[in-house]
Amino acid sequence: MLILTCPYCGVRADETELAPGGEAHVARHGPGASDEAFEAYLFLRANPRGLHYERWRHAHGCGKWFHAARDTVTMGVVGTYPAQVTEPPAELSRPRGS
Amino acid sequence: MKHYSAFAIAREALRGHTGWERAWRAASPKKHYDVIIVGAGGHGLATAYYLGKNFGITNVAVIEKGWLGGGNTGRNTTIIRSNYLQDPSAAIYEKSRSLYETMSQDLNYNVMYSPRGVMMLAQTEHEVRGYRRTAHANALQGVETQFITPERVKELCPIIELKGPRYPVLGALWQPRAGTARHDAVAWGYARACSAMGMDIIQKCEVTGVRSENGRVTGVSTSKGEIGCDKLCMVVAGHSGHLAEMAGFRLPIESVALQALVSEPIKPCMDVVVMANTVHGYMSQSDKGEMVIGGGADGYNNYTQRGSFHHIEETVRALIETFPMISRLKMLRQWGGIVDMTGDRSPIISTTPLTGCFINCGWGTGGFKAIPGSGWATAEMIAKGTPGPLAAEFGLNRFREGRFIDESVAAGVAH
Ligand SMILES: Cc1cc2nc3c(=O)[nH]c(=O)nc-3n(C[C@H](O)[C@H](O)[C@H](O)COP(=O)(O)OP(=O)(O)OC[C@H]3O[C@@H](n4cnc5c(N)ncnc54)[C@H](O)[C@@H]3O)c2cc1C
Ligand SMILES: [Zn+2]
Repeated sequence: MLILTCPYCGVRADETELAPGGEAHVARHGPGASDEAFEAYLFLRANPRGLHYERWRHAHGCGKWFHAARDTVTMGVVGTYPAQVTEPPAELSRPRGS
Repeated sequence: MKHYSAFAIAREALRGHTGWERAWRAASPKKHYDVIIVGAGGHGLATAYYLGKNFGITNVAVIEKGWLGGGNTGRNTTIIRSNYLQDPSAAIYEKSRSLYETMSQDLNYNVMYSPRGVMMLAQTEHEVRGYRRTAHANALQGVETQFITPERVKELCPIIELKGPRYPVLGALWQPRAGTARHDAVAWGYARACSAMGMDIIQKCEVTGVRSENGRVTGVSTSKGEIGCDKLCMVVAGHSGHLAEMAGFRLPIESVALQALVSEPIKPCMDVVVMANTVHGYMSQSDKGEMVIGGGADGYNNYTQRGSFHHIEETVRALIETFPMISRLKMLRQWGGIVDMTGDRSPIISTTPLTGCFINCGWGTGGFKAIPGSGWATAEMIAKGTPGPLAAEFGLNRFREGRFIDESVAAGVAH
């Protein structure tokens, strides 16, 4: 079972306590943006085999959104970090041990 | 290719079964093909088959990193139906279902198509309205379906509990000519027919790169070396994003795990397929007597072909309310497949930004039923260079243009 540590309340929460929120750090586009930019924002996804940055909500805990860096092939968790950033912290930008 | 028949079985019985030949050749790659198809799942093999059968293109290789049919084609719960809401979906799924009717004869391979009927239970008022609407849409599309009463549901499937505590059965969308087929046999039957047309099915050969010159595809790099081609088609389901990256474009696809499980075999107790979309579960009985159960997909990206336990738990908990008699059954096996989900829950059959490179993907949780129709449409697109009427609406550009084929409202569950 997937276990992530909530960066706010520090609880080690298993996935039944969490709600997945999809890819993180997707560049947001609003009215006036090109069709290409809007398509990328709404639909195109990295969907990598390997390190994936994603959004999660501690739904049955403190209720807050946070970020996780996780490997989609090994299911290994690289780390979690708060929601108020537009890119992952440097120390989480490479899978552990590689 | 030797013809399979009752006579052949009798003849072989008399000579100790020494005369059977391999169903398909073990091929090693040539230098160049007219068409290379990546992925020997049902969709890739059906595409190759119809390239040969409908267009006479037989200098074709189907390249598979594992064994043929070892992806989602050999992992699904084999439900075949065509009662979709949107016109483009109904057209391609009904074409597909009708091809299943004669597939065993066409391929001379028994795929055990069993049009036993599929019912989708309506367990909320919202679903009652939704399925009535689908039944009307199907009538206009020429797909035979009916909205039936709870009494009729009980007649067709006596083991159902109509007055479940949380979700009583209020009716169902019933498609009498929908059903199941043997998934492995579909892959094997197509592989045998393709091989007999002279095509190469190359297993244990992983595509690791896509080669191109001046924006035009020229071949692929593989674990068995470089192979050239005039046209390339990617048909790799959950791995589509990975292949697209090799060819330099991105897809509106996310890969997640979808699970299924089977029980110990029991005596025949259910001769239809029942789907309960509100509670995220569905069930049928295999010819061996096992109850075949499937549920919803996991919520996060994942390539592990395993899935989360709590999803299985939810599915089983819900199905026990609807089928109380299964509460004591032992479950024998559980497995997962990596499904390719698009934003509108409809597939992609499309040209790509790379000239000569085509893609077929996005079938997500429900593409087994679509194998023959999808192969038919994809072969037409590859042969002619542009999508024909069946595939036209399923192009990649629909996401940019906002022309979605929204089936997410029509089916709230994996299927
Ligand atoms: C548990 C489960 C239940 C399902 N139930 C149903 C159902 O009841 N009804 C229904 O209609 N559908 C169902 N589906 C969906 C259905 O199984 C799929 O939509 C369908 O099988 C997809 O077929 P495919 O040929 O596109 O992909 P696959 O069968 O997955 O084939 C893709 C192939 O590509 C190969 N490949 C990947 N990368 C590479 C590479 N780099 N080089 C070479 N080869 C590569 C893979 O090894 C694989 O064999 C279910 C799926 C699952 C997982
Ligand atoms: Zn928390």
